[in-house]
Amino acid sequence: MRFWSICAGFIVLAFGLVQSPVNDYFFFAGFVILQAIVLATAWNILGGYAGYVNFGVPAFVGTGAYAALLVHLSISGPLIVQILFAALVSGALGFLVGLISVRLRGIFFSIATVALVFIMETLVINWRYLGGATGLQLTRPTEAWPFDGYVRMLFWVMVVMAVIALAIARYIQDSHFGRGLRALRDSEDAAECAGVPTLRLKLMACTVSGALLGAAGAPMPMYMSYIEPYSSFNLVYAVSALAMPIIGGMSHWIGPLVGAILLATIQQIVTVTISSELNVLVVGVLLVVFVIAAPDGIVGLYRKWKASSK
Amino acid sequence: MAFSVDLLIEAVIFGLLLGCFYAAVSIGLSVAFGLLDVPHVAHPAMLILGSYGVYLLGQYGVDPIVAGLLLTPVFFFLGAGLYRMYYETFEKRGQSAAVNGLAFFFGLAFIIEVLLVVAFGVDQRSAEAGYIGGSLKLGEFRIPFRLVVAFGVALVLTAALTAYLSRTFTGRAIKAVGQDEAALRLMGADPVRIKQIAFGIATGVNALAGAMLIIVTPVEPTMDRIYIGRTFCVVVLAGLGSMSGTLVAAIILGVAESIVLMFLGASWAPAVAFGLLLAVLAFRPKGLFGR
Repeated sequence: MRFWSICAGFIVLAFGLVQSPVNDYFFFAGFVILQAIVLATAWNILGGYAGYVNFGVPAFVGTGAYAALLVHLSISGPLIVQILFAALVSGALGFLVGLISVRLRGIFFSIATVALVFIMETLVINWRYLGGATGLQLTRPTEAWPFDGYVRMLFWVMVVMAVIALAIARYIQDSHFGRGLRALRDSEDAAECAGVPTLRLKLMACTVSGALLGAAGAPMPMYMSYIEPYSSFNLVYAVSALAMPIIGGMSHWIGPLVGAILLATIQQIVTVTISSELNVLVVGVLLVVFVIAAPDGIVGLYRKWKASSK
Repeated sequence: MAFSVDLLIEAVIFGLLLGCFYAAVSIGLSVAFGLLDVPHVAHPAMLILGSYGVYLLGQYGVDPIVAGLLLTPVFFFLGAGLYRMYYETFEKRGQSAAVNGLAFFFGLAFIIEVLLVVAFGVDQRSAEAGYIGGSLKLGEFRIPFRLVVAFGVALVLTAALTAYLSRTFTGRAIKAVGQDEAALRLMGADPVRIKQIAFGIATGVNALAGAMLIIVTPVEPTMDRIYIGRTFCVVVLAGLGSMSGTLVAAIILGVAESIVLMFLGASWAPAVAFGLLLAVLAFRPKGLFGR
């Protein structure tokens, strides 16, 4: 109950915020941080709970963005239709990845997901209608009632998406589903023997994770008012979406949230004050430092600190 | 482009040479991942690092191949140190090492990438040597000389490594360490030391392979991403740890890529390695000569 009131509170608060005369830049930067929360949370459903490391986040984000673009170009559907279609297509892609995971574990699974990024990118590059290699310039609709501007609406939509993603992750963690995923992470063979339907659980986790990643990518064309394949399928999405849950802690749904807020905020500051190349360096260095020194992330450090202070 | 037999022959010859070059850039991974089971996703980034090292020495007038040979010992110790670090932090702890080990190498790849961007910028860099511009006439076909050089060095490299692994004590120990550490210990060899040497060799080879890379094509820092596909495709298709298989698999990839390049166009070429990789993973994860 308390969780749901906090969620509702956040959505209402964000709605009030976008109506206030705060500078547009705030929403522009806030969007990126909120998107990071969705990506990290979605990645963690498969990577943290089930232990399948997905390097293919850009494949889903890019597919989501281009699915949204397809809706925009063909039937000029509204944002909500774009997002739902993006979730559907990326969810289907996630299901396919789930099928791959039948035979592939560990690094083989991860490498297969990297392959997916480049295959989707190549498909888009050779798809003229979607702009091909050069990309497309887009104009945002001027009307965004009841919001005062399209970017403000995108910000609020991202708040809702982040809340939905966190609610799903929280639900999965405490449910039968989440316990099954943890069992197969610790030992897939043992889980199978104990009657855990590992294939069904993996397929579900891949589909949910993929759909959320795609939905998070869907607003990208409108947010940038431009889309091209190389940045849409950039592997930097992969290292960020993986670094955030690891830094925050993969065992609890709050870990990716903490990691995403921390890392995305640092990235925004570094991008603005120094350079966009260095923000990738920050992600890489923090990731390596955490996997070596604090493999359970901030959540793990907090638990240790609490246990020792008792 | 319209199909013709002449073009096909040209594509196959070109692919054969390209394939040998791919063998050179993949053989280090074949040792690190194929024999030692280290999820070394940063291998291609190390390769690009090697190319930039060769470029840097080239600024002082050092020939690319000589530069590659000079850098080999440096890279050997770099690799040995890296493996020590990986062993102490992940392999020793066991269990949850899977996710963290992968994340470690993935993060390392991006660190190398950004450091190269900071040091050299995002522009393409190329090496200079007398043999890079010209081409070899073979009847009607013209073959770029730089590919022939890469072909020769790649063959020597593969043959030398195969011989080392099957003839010397340390080489045989490296082959054994992936199969049965306990048995190796009984033979009086320290598995960790053997793995350290093997990883050092795998990384050292990257200096020479990096020289081949910058001879064949100009390099830029984010190029490692596409080589993730090419190197892992070769190693997985070969079957983990098979050295001669690496050569065969690399030639298959080279010919496939060259045919696609010739008849479908350059925009489809990057998907060949990744598509082939995905197909092998889905239908024959053991590879051609898998153990």
